[in-house]
Amino acid sequence: MSDENNDVVVQVKDLKKYFELHAGMFKIWGEPIYVKAVDGISFDIHRGEILGLVGESGCGKTTTGRLLTRLEDPTAGSIIFEGTDIAKLKGKELKKYRRNVQMIFQDPYESLNPRFTVLKTIMEPLIIHGIGDTYDERVEMVIKALEDAELKPAEEYLERFPHELSGGQRQRVAVARALVLRPKFIVADEPVSMLDVSIRAGVMNLMLDLRDKYGIPFLFITHDIAVSRYMSDRMAVMYLGKIVEIGESDEVVFNPMHPYTKALISAVPVPDPDHKHGRVQIKGEIPSPINLPPGCRFWPRCPYAQKGLCDVKEPPLVEVSEGHYVACHLAEKIASGEINLEEMVAYEETEETSS
Amino acid sequence: MAKTLLDIRNLSIHYKIQTGWVYAVDDVSFKLNKGETLGLVGESGCGKTTTGYGITQLLANNAYLKEGSKVIFDGKDFVKMSTIPSKHYEGYRKIVEYHPEMRKYRWKRISMIFQGAMNAFNPVFKVGDQIIEAILTHENISEEEARKRVEELYKLVGIPVDRIDNYPHEYSGGMKQRAMIAMALALNPDLIIADEPTTALDVVTQDKILGEMARLQREENVAMILITHDVSVVAEMAHKMAVMYAGHLVETGSTRQVFKETAHPYMEALLNAFPNIRGEKKRLKAIPGSPPDLSNPPTGCRFAPRCPYAKDICIEQEPPVIEVAPGHYSKCHFAEELYGEIGGEEHE
Repeated sequence: MSDENNDVVVQVKDLKKYFELHAGMFKIWGEPIYVKAVDGISFDIHRGEILGLVGESGCGKTTTGRLLTRLEDPTAGSIIFEGTDIAKLKGKELKKYRRNVQMIFQDPYESLNPRFTVLKTIMEPLIIHGIGDTYDERVEMVIKALEDAELKPAEEYLERFPHELSGGQRQRVAVARALVLRPKFIVADEPVSMLDVSIRAGVMNLMLDLRDKYGIPFLFITHDIAVSRYMSDRMAVMYLGKIVEIGESDEVVFNPMHPYTKALISAVPVPDPDHKHGRVQIKGEIPSPINLPPGCRFWPRCPYAQKGLCDVKEPPLVEVSEGHYVACHLAEKIASGEINLEEMVAYEETEETSS
Repeated sequence: MAKTLLDIRNLSIHYKIQTGWVYAVDDVSFKLNKGETLGLVGESGCGKTTTGYGITQLLANNAYLKEGSKVIFDGKDFVKMSTIPSKHYEGYRKIVEYHPEMRKYRWKRISMIFQGAMNAFNPVFKVGDQIIEAILTHENISEEEARKRVEELYKLVGIPVDRIDNYPHEYSGGMKQRAMIAMALALNPDLIIADEPTTALDVVTQDKILGEMARLQREENVAMILITHDVSVVAEMAHKMAVMYAGHLVETGSTRQVFKETAHPYMEALLNAFPNIRGEKKRLKAIPGSPPDLSNPPTGCRFAPRCPYAKDICIEQEPPVIEVAPGHYSKCHFAEELYGEIGGEEHE
């Protein structure tokens, strides 16, 4: 798929973001301390595609989203969008890029200005970018965007304030605000994690429909793998600033080849009482991104870690089957079946609750 | 073996606000046996937390219990024990704060795991000391003995013993949650009420904590009420479940019954709106509209405005609770007609 280069909307290459810690006196003496939030990741996003970015908190998925929208400046690496590297854009050029990329945030209670009406909220980006000549023309665009976000009849919502809307409606306003500029790319950062189940499905379906209608690619950031599986065509799994696995969503979910992905997926509870849930055998918790382990970042928790290999050399991201990339020294053995990741999951013997 | 531990009958908890009442919990009844886990699921604001906290009467001071509510724990009616008829509002009872009888039950017989263990510990005291304090409040033992017990508890929940003298900020999120579980187990309670115990945690940590809770629950034979918004957690953990919507208990039964032989349209809608990591990928169905405002709930069935099967009677009359199968109840006018016809993916 990566051969069709004209199909690629955004190409990320070796992107890095290090945050410097201002640790008082340490700044004067000794080396500065860095948090390596994103540490050399590469991926493409294709036209009309939703790429899911999953991982636990602190793995760098939100930072990645903020880098792509240039809300953060990358430390190194490139982000190629329509032939230009936007990683280094400044001033007017950057503003032009921002018109093409929009973001939907997690919390619809905080991402909308409480003193702006819906009309003003959605019209603001049009004014900033000088789109539309007259007020009426802009109102037309706002109404169109609201209708796209399935807030109908749109006229009824124009004069409302955020506090008059429910959580789901607010998130739809946020979607409309992102859509009004007709962006070529949308970054959605946990857009449904604050919403209740009954509302969530509607907002997810809305985003899927918009993708189908306009072909806008999404980077869909979430901690919920079940949600990511539903939303995304391809899925990338992050662990401590690195992408450990990337591939077609169902391929990653049903045939994970990285021990971490396997652990993550096995840990997801399944809404079916007949499903026999095993416990994953991985040790400890995610380490702090300040003191990263050498070699593969997962080795201290990995049941398959090999001394002298995993704790020394960082594994590269290699293609194990078509479009399925894994960053693990043992990927080939896992792919060939020599190592069976199912062994990571322990099933407890429990007496069946009969009914 | 089944001995009833907790029997809640017609529990109604309403909050008095300036403009009237919020009918947070209305006419809720369920039973829990010794050593059993009940999953109480529902969306935010449906009254599930109020129900849980109402058992030990840890409610805000504008909460009133309706006359006729019964919370019978091990033969003792808490409502009779520690509430008095309200002087201001007829037909309501007010909770007596710091009631000495009630305090004997709290933590000793019924302990709680609070939502967001992040903030449940006092940040200026060592975690171990806080658990020791809880033990010493209820039991007449020396501090050394209490400390010994904390060490045992730490081993039980899987925290290194040398972390007893750490402050809460030195713990990770998962460890705080484990410490919270240790504290809940400290006095060998008969019942643990766990309010969204893993909601703030990452999925791998959640999995470990849930595994730990299931194991301890089995080994110590503690009954548990697991309050959560996540039906998949209930599917995994609970023997029985109760589904709440807008203050009403709409469906109760064994977890299998409710999932596989769904008898209430709300539960069906919930299952159809929930993404699954297994099985075939299907388009989810959103539930139209949003939950009602509980200060002004619909007169009939509270789910009727959003229900695809609703008829005139649903809007006019509150539905009765119908037993569709032994131990399986649904609060729906058409429960019998819908039973076996609706359901999650099984029936499509």
